[in-house]
Amino acid sequence: MRHLIPEFERLRARFPAGFESSLVLPCVRRIQEDRGYVSDEDIEQLAQYLGVPQIQIEEVLSFYTMFRRKPIGRWHLQFCHNVSCSMNGAERILAHVEQRLGIRPGETTPDGRFTLSVAECLGSCGTAPMMMVNERYHENLDAAKIDELLEGLK
Amino acid sequence: MSFPVTATSHTLAEYRARDGYVALEKALKTMKPSDVVKEVTASGLQGRGGAAFAVGRKWQVMVYDDGQPHYLIANADEGEPGTFKDRWILENNPHVLLESMLIASYALNVRNCFVYIRGEFDLPYHRLADAVEEAYAAGYFGERILGTDFSCDIVVYRGAGAYVAGEASGLIASLEGKKSYPRNRPPRLTVKGLYQRPTVVNNVESLSNIAWIIAHGAAAFKEVGTPKSPGTRLFSVSGHVNRPGVYEAELGYPWMKFLDEDCGGIVGGRAIKCVVPGGVSSKVLTGADIKDLKLSHEDLWDAGSTLGSGGMIVIAEGTCMVTLLQVLMRFYHHESCGQCTPCRQGTGWLHRIMDRIVAGQGRPEDIERLYYISKFNDGTTICGLGDAAGYACVGILDKFRDEFEYYIEHKRSRYDGNLECLRSS
Repeated sequence: MRHLIPEFERLRARFPAGFESSLVLPCVRRIQEDRGYVSDEDIEQLAQYLGVPQIQIEEVLSFYTMFRRKPIGRWHLQFCHNVSCSMNGAERILAHVEQRLGIRPGETTPDGRFTLSVAECLGSCGTAPMMMVNERYHENLDAAKIDELLEGLK
Repeated sequence: MSFPVTATSHTLAEYRARDGYVALEKALKTMKPSDVVKEVTASGLQGRGGAAFAVGRKWQVMVYDDGQPHYLIANADEGEPGTFKDRWILENNPHVLLESMLIASYALNVRNCFVYIRGEFDLPYHRLADAVEEAYAAGYFGERILGTDFSCDIVVYRGAGAYVAGEASGLIASLEGKKSYPRNRPPRLTVKGLYQRPTVVNNVESLSNIAWIIAHGAAAFKEVGTPKSPGTRLFSVSGHVNRPGVYEAELGYPWMKFLDEDCGGIVGGRAIKCVVPGGVSSKVLTGADIKDLKLSHEDLWDAGSTLGSGGMIVIAEGTCMVTLLQVLMRFYHHESCGQCTPCRQGTGWLHRIMDRIVAGQGRPEDIERLYYISKFNDGTTICGLGDAAGYACVGILDKFRDEFEYYIEHKRSRYDGNLECLRSS
């Protein structure tokens, strides 16, 4: 993570003095964007840089759903399967994707292209069903739209 | 809030054309901080996040000149299933939030304010972050704003995926870079909040009303809505309606008129089986219950539910409530932070019992067991997550017990486990 320190310094300047602990979440997020996951070495170095206990970073990593300790596929497909999405066919389109990719939620395709996940409410209830592809929201989905989208994700 | 949404309506230029930042100038140049607090208190504005606590009363607890740093946080950790109204503000009108936060910071003697936005939000985050840059460039944030002695900085802080971070004390823990464990009160957050300093946490929509109230006055605000529920609300409507989306309606607006006319009625012209009025933590009301109700806090409280977060999920006849409750219990179990035993264990038990019933292995005593766990959870935990799981469970069991009995006895759903209402049918 050391090469990110100049960026972290700029971030730190935006917070009031004494807020080093608050930088844990944004720094972890940035490290994950950079490496794809957060390694043991990252934890050690970040703890040292921020002057916070390593256990705090470990706890944050295991507590929040968006952080991961292991690499995943290039394209992370996350389907919301909460109430409003289920009421608009989330399970049906999820089954379609499972069949098409040959994987179940929590799995990655052997070529490392896709990882499939299910998620709880992502705030797209009025445009359900939806999935996230990496950072981006794709809404009002149906099987045809998904097929077209997946084709474009190499 | 109503204006035509276009590709550029979220920008500073267009916000200014809608009289944006006029209220800020008015507050900074013609009002004392205490006048702003008085005006907000007089407006009767209630929190829009779910609890409907009076915004002015929360603000009054802050002692303006106690020599400590004060903090203001906009809660944009919108995650209550069925709710997507704050997202609408962040995407389409971010400057109204920023202007309102500046006015609130002026009133509460806040030098540093924060927006805590849920980690998954992408477009809302970028729209807001861009708006912050625009506002800094225009001199609305930073030192000596609009040539006055008032200075204020803002940080947009992204969460990382935790429903419980939407609870104000959990949110603060998260903003301190830790797990979002809620904590017991007292002391209240307005006494000891972020880094042990007095902190006001308000919902995005609550705050976004402030600019209007300062521009037009508390009296004008109270002219809209009902005496006990002043103003308008953003309702996010989803489920089996023809036109789901975010709607602004005056509080006290007739509920059926809202669904039939504004939201275009129910898919396939079906009857309403029930409605989740304000996020899944509010108790469901049947089609018959809501027939004559108005969308006001008092009407919903009288009916044994709440307007909550304004996240309305409309459920048509033919939907399996057993399967629906299974989804809800899975959600609460997944989101329980694990700090309090009754919630950590209770939501797990509720979830596993529902899984068992849906798998056709339910036992006759399961219904009473669901009731027992729900009631045991209520009030025995630090935050409301465990309570809410119980309310959702009891709410559905009370109204649809026969469907659960049928499922357990026949080992299958009366409605084939259906949650969908196909738009073509």
